[in-house]
Amino acid sequence: MTEPRAHALSAKPPTLRIRDLSIEFARRRGPDLRVVDQVSIDIWPGEIVGVIGESGSGKTLTSLATLKMLPKQARIAEGTMHLGETSLHDRTERQMRELRGDQIALIPQDAMQALNPTMRIGRQVGEPLELHSGYGQAQAMDSAQKLLKSVHIREPETRVREYPHQFSGGMQQRAMIAMGLALNPQLIIADEPTTALDVTVQAQILKLLREIRDREGASILFITHDLGVVAEICDWVYVMRHGRIVEEGALRKIFMAPQAEYTRQLLEATPSIHTVPGTRS
Amino acid sequence: MSAEMIQLKNVGKVFGQRRIFGGSTEFAAVADVSLKVARGQTLGIVGESGSGKSTLLRMVLNLIHPTSGSIHIDGQNIAALTGRNEKAFRRKVQPIFQNPASSFNPRQSIGAILRAPLKVHGIGTPDSRRDRVSTLLERVGLPAEFADRHPHQLSGGQKQRVAIARAIILEPQIVLADEPTSALDVSVQAQVLELFRQTREEMGLTSIFVSHNLAVIRQVSDTVAVMRLGRIVETGTVDEIFANPKHEYTQALIAAVPDHGTIMAQT
Ligand SMILES: Nc1ncnc2c1ncn2[C@@H]1O[C@H](COP(=O)(O)OP(=O)(O)OP(=O)(O)O)[C@@H](O)[C@H]1O
Ligand SMILES: Nc1ncnc2c1ncn2[C@@H]1O[C@H](COP(=O)(O)OP(=O)(O)O)[C@@H](O)[C@H]1O
Ligand SMILES: [Mg+2]
Ligand SMILES: [Mg+2]
Repeated sequence: MTEPRAHALSAKPPTLRIRDLSIEFARRRGPDLRVVDQVSIDIWPGEIVGVIGESGSGKTLTSLATLKMLPKQARIAEGTMHLGETSLHDRTERQMRELRGDQIALIPQDAMQALNPTMRIGRQVGEPLELHSGYGQAQAMDSAQKLLKSVHIREPETRVREYPHQFSGGMQQRAMIAMGLALNPQLIIADEPTTALDVTVQAQILKLLREIRDREGASILFITHDLGVVAEICDWVYVMRHGRIVEEGALRKIFMAPQAEYTRQLLEATPSIHTVPGTRS
Repeated sequence: MSAEMIQLKNVGKVFGQRRIFGGSTEFAAVADVSLKVARGQTLGIVGESGSGKSTLLRMVLNLIHPTSGSIHIDGQNIAALTGRNEKAFRRKVQPIFQNPASSFNPRQSIGAILRAPLKVHGIGTPDSRRDRVSTLLERVGLPAEFADRHPHQLSGGQKQRVAIARAIILEPQIVLADEPTSALDVSVQAQVLELFRQTREEMGLTSIFVSHNLAVIRQVSDTVAVMRLGRIVETGTVDEIFANPKHEYTQALIAAVPDHGTIMAQT
């Protein structure tokens, strides 16, 4: 169906392997509702993998399942997940907490809801360093300042002491990215991390993520509905629809020779600033 | 009746922060912004993250107040609004925010969410309000049964349709939208934009539309303002801005748009 990925021939195991993952919601009436159905995803070391698809297709739930952070009503109905050699299946909540941030970082879709409104930005961004690396408060604040600078927030020395409501939407989103990068995780799961950013800042963030991959060999799972962003950053792409993977392939193949009808529709529906679809009065 | 529906003159907003150990730092989020939007027109605002776009919209909504300059809506200075005028203003000017999920109460049904503004303004009877909600849901392309659903049972695009329905239920004259489509995938985004365009035409709305997506801005706007560091660096008609951007930052913005067209071209 698809050409084998170069990595698949290497001796190393993938950074993350998801096999036949299904997720269901319990309903008051009727049988459980299956929202993710038999999804398999591999991410190899140093690879940036895109998951694209319409809203509600199950992208976020798939990523949350990997971290065992599904909402209460949802459950994993079947499937296995491995981080390197270790199965995530039997990990306790405490073991998962150690993994999160340290080895896997999640940059969540909704930065505004993920930030604590009563805690200074610097404390929050530096918190993983206090929890996992034994940094003192002052040292963590200092690192937080550098992290904010790396995501191109101006005047980080005053910004670290501000609260989330003093940040614009795009700045909150960048603060979440900074927090995710604090511990140099081997796997970064970024769920629509640039939706609130203008294109110039977005380009800086994409560049930063690529640098982290090149420098640290980190793997990145990049969830987005923006095909332009996919084209900028991804090596390998999964296309999701109604809870299923409808197509996967190397970036160029997805764009040049899409197999699934849905992928073709997605490509056609994408507005470009050069060709203006629809009408304007 | 003035031709300008929205007019800002030298508007500034300085946020002050008191420090525990005395002194204070001040931060100018918006500085010396002047702009006009004619009746029935749409102004698109693009700009750097943190450049003051949302702050500007919140001032036009009268949710926060400028520290300098003045804002006139339909010829009236909004700083002077009191009592009944204030209530009429709230009805006339409606917001649509970026994240529909966080602007709905998760415990309320969609029907209750949509009826709330009617109740607040004492419009109709419980029965007529119900009817109005059904009609409106259909108008934004949702089945009337959705009135009984709760926000978490809706997809992102459906929630944004409800947000549009809520914004137009009071038949406003002005809609101020802050990144209303950035959380939506392209196909849903196209549908929501089409809905926005239709509604605007049918109701003769005047609007300001903030978006990071230049393709979207190009599609919905008559005029465009580009913001950076709290100031407007360039304004013009949509064709002027896209065909012949003058300011360096506008040029950088247009050049930075990631475009999958480039992959398709390099065969
Ligand atoms: N309540 C507040 N107190 C202090 N500073 C604030 C407050 N609200 C906004 N700011 C600051 O004002 C500036 C402009 O913020 P605003 O939210 O208007 O930006 P924006 O253009 O909407 O950005 P984005 O595209 O990232 O949403 C930012 O530097 C922000 O930190
Ligand atoms: N807490 C929840 N309760 C019920 N249904 C949910 C919940 N979270 C997500 N869903 C449903 O699961 C499906 C997949 O959601 P999600 O993974 O968030 O999609 P995506 O990230 O691709 O937009 C959607 O149909 C959504 O409505
Ligand atoms: Mg999602
Ligand atoms: Mg904003």
